[in-house]
Amino acid sequence: MSDGEILRVERLSMRFGGIRALHDVSLGVKCHSITALIGPNGAGKTTLFNCLTGFYRASGGRILFEARGRSTDVLQVLGGPFRAGDFLSPRRFASRLWYKLFGGTHLVNRAGLARTFQNIRLFREMSVLENLLVAQHLWVERGLLAGILNTRGFRRAEEQALEHAFYWLEAVDLVDCANRLAGELSYGQQRRLEIARAMCTRPQLLCLDEPAAGLNPAETAALSRIIRTLRDAHEVTVLLIEHDMGLVMGISDHILVLDHGELIAEGPPAAIRHDPKVIAAYLGADEEELA
Amino acid sequence: MAEPSLDIRQPLLDSLLAGLIALVVFGPIVGVVLDGYSFHLESSRVAWIVGAVMLGRFLLSLFLHSAGGRGWLQRLEGGGAGVQVLPPEHRSHLRWLLPLVLLAAVVFPFFAGKYLLTVVILGLIYVLLGLGLNIVVGLAGLLDLGYVAFYAIGAYGLALGYEYLGLGFWSVLPLAALMAALAGALLGFPVLRMHGDYLAIVTLGFGEIIRLVLNNWLSFTGGPNGMSVPAPTFLGLEFGRRARDGGVPFHEFFGIAYNPNLKFLFIYVVLLLTVLLVLYVKGRLVRMPIGRAWEALREDEIACRAMGLNHVLVKLSAFMLGASTAGLAGVFFASYQGFVNPTSFTFFESALILAIVVLGGMGSTLGVVLAAFMLTVAPELLRSFADYRVLLFGMLMVLMMIWRPRGLIRISRRGFARRPGVAP
Repeated sequence: MSDGEILRVERLSMRFGGIRALHDVSLGVKCHSITALIGPNGAGKTTLFNCLTGFYRASGGRILFEARGRSTDVLQVLGGPFRAGDFLSPRRFASRLWYKLFGGTHLVNRAGLARTFQNIRLFREMSVLENLLVAQHLWVERGLLAGILNTRGFRRAEEQALEHAFYWLEAVDLVDCANRLAGELSYGQQRRLEIARAMCTRPQLLCLDEPAAGLNPAETAALSRIIRTLRDAHEVTVLLIEHDMGLVMGISDHILVLDHGELIAEGPPAAIRHDPKVIAAYLGADEEELA
Repeated sequence: MAEPSLDIRQPLLDSLLAGLIALVVFGPIVGVVLDGYSFHLESSRVAWIVGAVMLGRFLLSLFLHSAGGRGWLQRLEGGGAGVQVLPPEHRSHLRWLLPLVLLAAVVFPFFAGKYLLTVVILGLIYVLLGLGLNIVVGLAGLLDLGYVAFYAIGAYGLALGYEYLGLGFWSVLPLAALMAALAGALLGFPVLRMHGDYLAIVTLGFGEIIRLVLNNWLSFTGGPNGMSVPAPTFLGLEFGRRARDGGVPFHEFFGIAYNPNLKFLFIYVVLLLTVLLVLYVKGRLVRMPIGRAWEALREDEIACRAMGLNHVLVKLSAFMLGASTAGLAGVFFASYQGFVNPTSFTFFESALILAIVVLGGMGSTLGVVLAAFMLTVAPELLRSFADYRVLLFGMLMVLMMIWRPRGLIRISRRGFARRPGVAP
């Protein structure tokens, strides 16, 4: 992994039966940057996202994620299939078996990567605050006895979690909705709550899947302010998929363009804006024009 | 409404329609009386019935069209729809009820006869079962149709433990909870990766397997003949008139008159304490991270995984805790009956417990307690309707699904006071 990169993807490919959704995608995401992933519909953006966040197990390639002072191999923690080498080394066999039994998507999050969803997935019948408390599951006192006896340590941990939750509610301007059901909030509020919830897991890389979809221009402007604050004040690296070009060009440091499952261009916004390949992918072009 | 006065036309129309239907339904049945080979008409009886139906429908319709009735109807339809978040400083209006209920529970055995005592014990056993299943179905959202298996493990744990290991009530009580939890873990770990319908089918199968094993392993469990269960003891003192092996029975030791109900009184007291303990634990669990994780899992499993929660372990913990509660209930059931056999652990029992949870409201503690008593005590009071019990259940369920799909008691969530902000 080269210097200053939080995420490194090497020759990633993903197949669904005969369909090749991703083919040999290699990319890197720099620390403390805002990186956007764009491309026409069906280009494989969400598939790539799901591979990175551990919801799909990629069919080939490697995803290395460097955060919280350690390096995580996303495909390994998902519990990949046994290989011939595993049966020769007991240690490798044990680790493979461990990840098969107890591994999964949650380990990717625990490694420091949080995500939001294209179609909002909140805990709709729980209050806004409870949504944020669930996200802090790993930072509170989880002992059964401590909780049942309501010990001092338990109460202190809960209090800290509540304070952290209120901190993020203020950051996304939802304090007044703290005691409402998440499902009752307006669409824009739900989008912001999802970001706050993802941030409550204390990630170092935040993946946003179309955060501005369905927002009006004012809300989009507020969103881009929030994303910038995340990067500047909280030292979070942001990777986002977005169709709103105004937002993408305005906030991102680096843009990756995906088309037909392949990375066709990458670079700063100014370069991407004039890249003939990107324009062709979005607007369509004749074969000979491209050549 | 545009007109403030009562609209009389609609109630009249409703009443006329109801009268017509009543005429069609009751006319041939009540009005035509066979008399040998001929028949005679009893028009006055029909007129009475139809008149009563029309009057009733008219009054009902009139009430529902009045302002009060409309409000009532709206509450009925809208009230059960959702979940509410209580304000942080909320205190229930019914707080005074709790000590009263506790007092009643303490005073009750002094006045109750044996029959009433056993009915209440049965009710409390189902409260325990309902609370346990409420964790699995109501909180974690895992449909478990074989819950009775864990109940059977508890009951047979006591019977078999006494038969082969000489264990008594007190040593089996915690052991049964552990064993049931272990059985829950063994069943749960491979199958909890499935969701919804598949899980329901697997648990249904598990419940039947346990029952069939108990039924067919004649040499070990006694098969359909069942097994006898020892009466519980208090610090080694027995509750019979004469103690075995030259021991001193309870009443002689304390110098009180012999009371044949002593065994049930004792079970009642221990069971009541256990139910109170489980109620307390349940109340704490929903305020703890694990309880929040269960509910989050019920709401959205994928989001849970994205939050770093290991969904299999979270489900497993719900499954194990629910199972251990059923194990406890099983021990009480066995010692209350003094005998166990597999017919007590059929699928109908699972369905009954599930009905308690659904009727009470998924995740609502108070609702489950009320529903458990309703579904166990009501059939006792209505002995003459015993044949129609299941029919009544069915009708009750249909009515519930129409008007109160979320259960009897509206679910309310805890609100949190605002903490001083540390805005970025």
